[in-house]
Amino acid sequence: MAEKVLMKGNEAIAEAAIIAGCRHYFGYPITPQTEIAAYMAKRMPKIGGTFLQAESEIAAINMVYGVSSTGKRVMTSSSSPGISLKSEGISYLAGCDLPALVVNCQRGGPGLGGIQPSQSDYFQATRGGGHGDYHMIVLAPASVQEMAELTIRGFELADEYRMTAMILADGTIGQMMEPVSFDFAIKEAPEKPWAVTGTKMERAHNIINSLYLVPDVLEQKNFERYEKYAKVAENVALAEEYLMDDAEIVIAAFGIAARVAKNAVNAARAEGIKAGLIRPITLWPFPEKAFKKALGTAKQFISVELSMGQMIEDVRLATECKVPVSLCNRAGGMIPSPEQVYEAIKAAAGKAGK
Amino acid sequence: MTREMLFAGFGGQGLLFSGKVVAYKGLIEDKNVSWLPSYGPEMRGGTANCSVIVSDDPVGAPIISNPDILVAMNLPSLDKYESEVKKGGIIFVDSSLIERKVTRDDIDVYYIPATRLAEENGAPTLANMILVGKLLKVIGEYDEEHVQKALGKCISARHADLLSLNLKCMEIGRDYE
Repeated sequence: MAEKVLMKGNEAIAEAAIIAGCRHYFGYPITPQTEIAAYMAKRMPKIGGTFLQAESEIAAINMVYGVSSTGKRVMTSSSSPGISLKSEGISYLAGCDLPALVVNCQRGGPGLGGIQPSQSDYFQATRGGGHGDYHMIVLAPASVQEMAELTIRGFELADEYRMTAMILADGTIGQMMEPVSFDFAIKEAPEKPWAVTGTKMERAHNIINSLYLVPDVLEQKNFERYEKYAKVAENVALAEEYLMDDAEIVIAAFGIAARVAKNAVNAARAEGIKAGLIRPITLWPFPEKAFKKALGTAKQFISVELSMGQMIEDVRLATECKVPVSLCNRAGGMIPSPEQVYEAIKAAAGKAGK
Repeated sequence: MTREMLFAGFGGQGLLFSGKVVAYKGLIEDKNVSWLPSYGPEMRGGTANCSVIVSDDPVGAPIISNPDILVAMNLPSLDKYESEVKKGGIIFVDSSLIERKVTRDDIDVYYIPATRLAEENGAPTLANMILVGKLLKVIGEYDEEHVQKALGKCISARHADLLSLNLKCMEIGRDYE
């Protein structure tokens, strides 16, 4: 097994991207994700890759569009306000069915907001972000090891389904160091017969374009895309289930919130409260099955979030509001403490008649 | 066993680095570790800090509310975190920079004039490592080989000449009574 190294989450993303065969990175600096660009700036020239600091986020995402059109693995990264700027380009990527990896190391918002960790771009990420009917595959790492693993998975899924994969991280996971191993078996990128690589006078032109002025043609495109999304929902949805066998109080939390919640679940279990945790690893597609299964024992769900409550809507949808769903949160760059989550579990257990 | 450690002081005192050495030593010993820095405006004056967790179990939240161990390298840090330290915990105070004493009596306190010792030994920027040396000694974790290895991981090849000076400062801390 490869030796474990201590690395920041942001650096682990960059290293994993290189391992996945990404040789083109375009970005524009913003806290708290700048280490990704710094790492790429150092490494890419040494391995024959391209690091380019664009003049803006909008320029960077359009460079991603260009490289992706040629069939190469490509990525960009930013933090919340920068992702808003990239959203137009992400919509165009979706309209052309181009694969790409986009990292959002979230910070508090709205507007310029702050630079401390947040999860308040959940709606933006899971509903597409830009205009039009589309989705991204949204992956939510909760450790530095997962920053690496999900980056590689993101490239694979993006190629497989010709979609943008987004790593939805946050300032904490990006900035923290943990041991990480880069012992990965890399699947080769699939053939991309659609890529614009020159016809060599041997085939018809490939055209990458999202403009369809005839409505029924555009409608058909959307139908086809949503058939693909249904497959993604069936095949890709993933969650970690922790102490869920008999859980009556079920925490839903992703990323850093799940780490905090796990401490609280353990504390509650020590007090005899049947608490458990569902940690969505894919936010879109949302791992509905794990939530439906939990309904067998659950008396209450608590969505723990670094936002004013966004994922809670998906928890309610997945559970069809069959049991109460409450919110335990901080916002604006603050993180709930394990004690806050524990108190929420205790209150819920009290109400549930424990 | 889980140890939650908070290294706090001014930006530039090397607290993030000393936390990294402790974390790397944990990794070398096959422990679960996390290292979380403060980032942003507080790094420019005031209190910069980093939270290090070394544990036999998987690390949950990397954020520390109540540390077992506090290393304080300036007064604002001691003022801010003294009350947060767990009962029975330990505080290491750089007594060349912090004049006041710790007021709590339910914790162990070690006063080390680290900045003065560092200056006297020709390493004015390595007071942090003196404190780390003392910390590891006090908790019974000063393993010569692992300390050297951890330093080797944290100091880039370009600055390899600084390794022996760092080690020397850790030994000064280790041997300080």
